[in-house]
Amino acid sequence: MGAIEKQRHILDFTLSSLGRRTGKNIALVIVYALVIFLIASVLFLADALKNEAVQILQDAPEIVVQRLVAGRHDLIPTHYMESIKTIRGVQSVESRLWGYYYDPFSGANYTLMVNADLNDHPGAIIIGAGVSRRSEPGKPLQPLRKNDLIPFKTSGGEVLTLQVKGLLPAASELVTADLILVSEPDFRKLFSVPNDRATDLVLQARNTKELATIATKIAQIHPDSRPILRDDMLRTYDAVFDWRGGVILMVLSGVFFAFIILAWDKATGLSAEEKREIGILKAIGWETSDILLMKFWEGAAVSLTAFFLGIFLAYLHVFLASSLLFEPVLKGWAVLYPHFRLTPHIHIYQIAVLFFLTVIPYTVVTIVPSWRSATIDPDAAMRL
Amino acid sequence: MILQRKSDVFFCSLLLGVLLICLMVADAAISRRLDRDGVQERRAIVRVLALTDLCLTTEARYTRHPSMADLHTPFQEHPLSLDHFPAGALMPPPPHLRPQDGGE
Repeated sequence: MGAIEKQRHILDFTLSSLGRRTGKNIALVIVYALVIFLIASVLFLADALKNEAVQILQDAPEIVVQRLVAGRHDLIPTHYMESIKTIRGVQSVESRLWGYYYDPFSGANYTLMVNADLNDHPGAIIIGAGVSRRSEPGKPLQPLRKNDLIPFKTSGGEVLTLQVKGLLPAASELVTADLILVSEPDFRKLFSVPNDRATDLVLQARNTKELATIATKIAQIHPDSRPILRDDMLRTYDAVFDWRGGVILMVLSGVFFAFIILAWDKATGLSAEEKREIGILKAIGWETSDILLMKFWEGAAVSLTAFFLGIFLAYLHVFLASSLLFEPVLKGWAVLYPHFRLTPHIHIYQIAVLFFLTVIPYTVVTIVPSWRSATIDPDAAMRL
Repeated sequence: MILQRKSDVFFCSLLLGVLLICLMVADAAISRRLDRDGVQERRAIVRVLALTDLCLTTEARYTRHPSMADLHTPFQEHPLSLDHFPAGALMPPPPHLRPQDGGE
């Protein structure tokens, strides 16, 4: 009998043996697949978000200059722009006016930002798709449309009603969900921001290699300022998703180790039926190596089925169901949450890492203790 | 009959699993290609509006704009009061704020 034919016979027998304990093995595959599904979902989600952030933020401002007062971000005097413009290598400097607004009616936090195109249309706003889903407690959700009005409370306590003049594209929800674009006069009226102050400054350089030098010069000219480079923004998202994925994986690793202990326990504490089976097999001429092969195929069948099932479900969960199960984790206390469908971003390396982290430990953990049961005396096993 | 043995069924299932993974990788590559225009549109919005962050969680300003946050924002209520927003637990300080990177 050829080596391959021998393996196939052992596999045939193993699958029949697994079939005799259908309920137990199906339960095992479901739990195992669930563990792989959770780990794979975290990896897929973190990687896809990281990739999206890197792609989109390529065009973020090259340098943002903030002013710090007593360790906190403060409004920056617009005359700082004059001195920054004189730094060699600076192409343009512009001020940004933006801030947060808590909407007491819906309980959501919005990001309000001045858009120069609206300066000729005071009272007009352009809103993100998340803001258009604004709903008041106890009232049915009715998406905001063009020409609808939204009341805002100014810092002086007066009501300023602004009219929706347009909606930002839904495809950009990952960056604009909570965004409301307003005109400069409305922004200054709403938050009582003096005319000679801005939230921060953004600047473009002639040569991106000079960004670090320009940032150092800005900090020398204005010691109360803090320049943030585009690279810093990109690295922030790298760190956020590595950390976020890491924290969730750490929590899930507890689940995985619990599962491995269960598998170990199952393999070491064979049932009387399984021991009798081994005893009979040895009595009819099976060798210890054949029993170990059988256990190997048993572990491989269970773990590979669970692996493929878990990976496939994780892909559907993250990229088709928009990570439905993780939404509460990402959402936290936020009322407004972007609805976005991520572009799938997976590669063979990820699949290989998942395979070596899940399938190999299970197979090893089940085959090692089987050695003990494989060396059992057939006579003693059959008498159990 | 081709699949007359259980091992045949098993190997066919394995093949199906491998095929599914290949399809997933192919789907990801095709989706990326189809989404090129969408990415360009999002990049254009980021460029035109001078945006700096993704809108992932809006509950606190240092989670809405993590790259714009300073070291003190998580402790905005009191110097020793611990961060109380759930997303803060899942969000580390930006690398440029860490001392070894020349931050504050």
